Amino acid sequence: MSALPRAVDLGLIGCRMCGLVCRNVAGNAKLDGDGVGDAMACPRCGSTLRRRKTNSYARTWALLIAGFILYIPANVLPIMRTASLNDVDDNTIISGVVELWTNGSVDLAIIVFLASIVVPMLKFLSLGMLLVSSQRGSDWARPQRARLYRLVEFIGYWSMLDVFVVALLTALVRFNVLSRVEPLPGVIFFGLTVVLTMLASMSFDPRLIWDGRNTDD
Amino acid sequence: MATAVRNTDCLHARSSDALLICEHCDTVYRRRPLARGEVARCVRCGAELDRHRALSVNALLALILTAMIVFVQANIWPIFTLGLNGQFSATTLWGMIVTMWEQGAQVVAVLAAGTLFFFPMTKMMVMGWLLWFARMGRRAPGFAPLMVALHRIGPWTMSEVFVLGALVAIVKAHTYFEVVADPGIYAYGALTLLITIFAGVDMRQLWEQTPEPKP
Ligand SMILES: [Zn+2]
Ligand SMILES: [Zn+2]
Repeated sequence: MSALPRAVDLGLIGCRMCGLVCRNVAGNAKLDGDGVGDAMACPRCGSTLRRRKTNSYARTWALLIAGFILYIPANVLPIMRTASLNDVDDNTIISGVVELWTNGSVDLAIIVFLASIVVPMLKFLSLGMLLVSSQRGSDWARPQRARLYRLVEFIGYWSMLDVFVVALLTALVRFNVLSRVEPLPGVIFFGLTVVLTMLASMSFDPRLIWDGRNTDD
Repeated sequence: MATAVRNTDCLHARSSDALLICEHCDTVYRRRPLARGEVARCVRCGAELDRHRALSVNALLALILTAMIVFVQANIWPIFTLGLNGQFSATTLWGMIVTMWEQGAQVVAVLAAGTLFFFPMTKMMVMGWLLWFARMGRRAPGFAPLMVALHRIGPWTMSEVFVLGALVAIVKAHTYFEVVADPGIYAYGALTLLITIFAGVDMRQLWEQTPEPKP
């Protein structure tokens, strides 16, 4: 063991809610924290102390896969309808980006593309990769994987951008027969995808990246 | 950089304020005071461990009260107005939420109400309540559960995403309509600025800054 001891090795647990460092009196808490009968409460805030987030792998996989399944209709189905006197037009996420681009707002087109397409895809790929590599106990590129996880956690909620755009346009473009905007099912699927991927990245325990067979650096 | 703890250090107490555990990789450190503007990072994984607390409780409270006033403004004023052939249409945040509900996108209405109204409002009220008592050197009634609640709702406030969304909506609408910015959008802009300042504040410092109540 190097000069960087880990809480697991010292029999310590950090409270995930208030950060207090506690002694693991029970001592036998399972690594993924779902051991029965060894629940210990934080003496400061009362939250249950766990060495690792409960069932991190199973929960993260489930939420990630659910999010991915909903991401398909979110992209295939239109997210809003713009209707005017002589024209009805259904927009998907991609067509919204293209429309911004062709109307000359290249910078905003890029922002929306990043928030609606790149960020969700990055989340699926990154969390999937983090899950697989951690489950195999791989010591490959650990610092980079740790950084990737923090990036995914930090940017995840920006994907809600398109949902708010549709909501605002729906509320504002209400000129009876002249011009109207209505939300279509795609936006609901997209909103749910964002929530599920956020929950997935919260369920993943980044400490698992470092839990492999060779914890020495 | 905080100092790493040695295996040989004796840790007899049930809990310790002198230690710090990296939440991202489980490495244990000994806490040490930080200089102004200093951020302690984990040697193993690079995550932030601790940062210098630049803002006093009083300054934080003043910021929260400002944010609350701005938040009220952001919610009561229309965000922007569209004009078409002399007809005008404006909406507030709640107007938007109600419209989404009526248009069959209840899921979106609930998401928007939560992330743009209820969670930010709860967060500010709880922070204000906790800081008000911390200012008097005490823990507020309900301190522990409220601190936990604050930690849980943290990731679910999205006002800054909404501001960017409003900007995108304005640009999209601009192609077909006359667009007039209303006070609500400016209030939201100011709110985003305040939120950015708050983003660096770890409210968990209150655990150390307020005395433990005597049992
Ligand atoms: Zn605690
Ligand atoms: Zn670390």
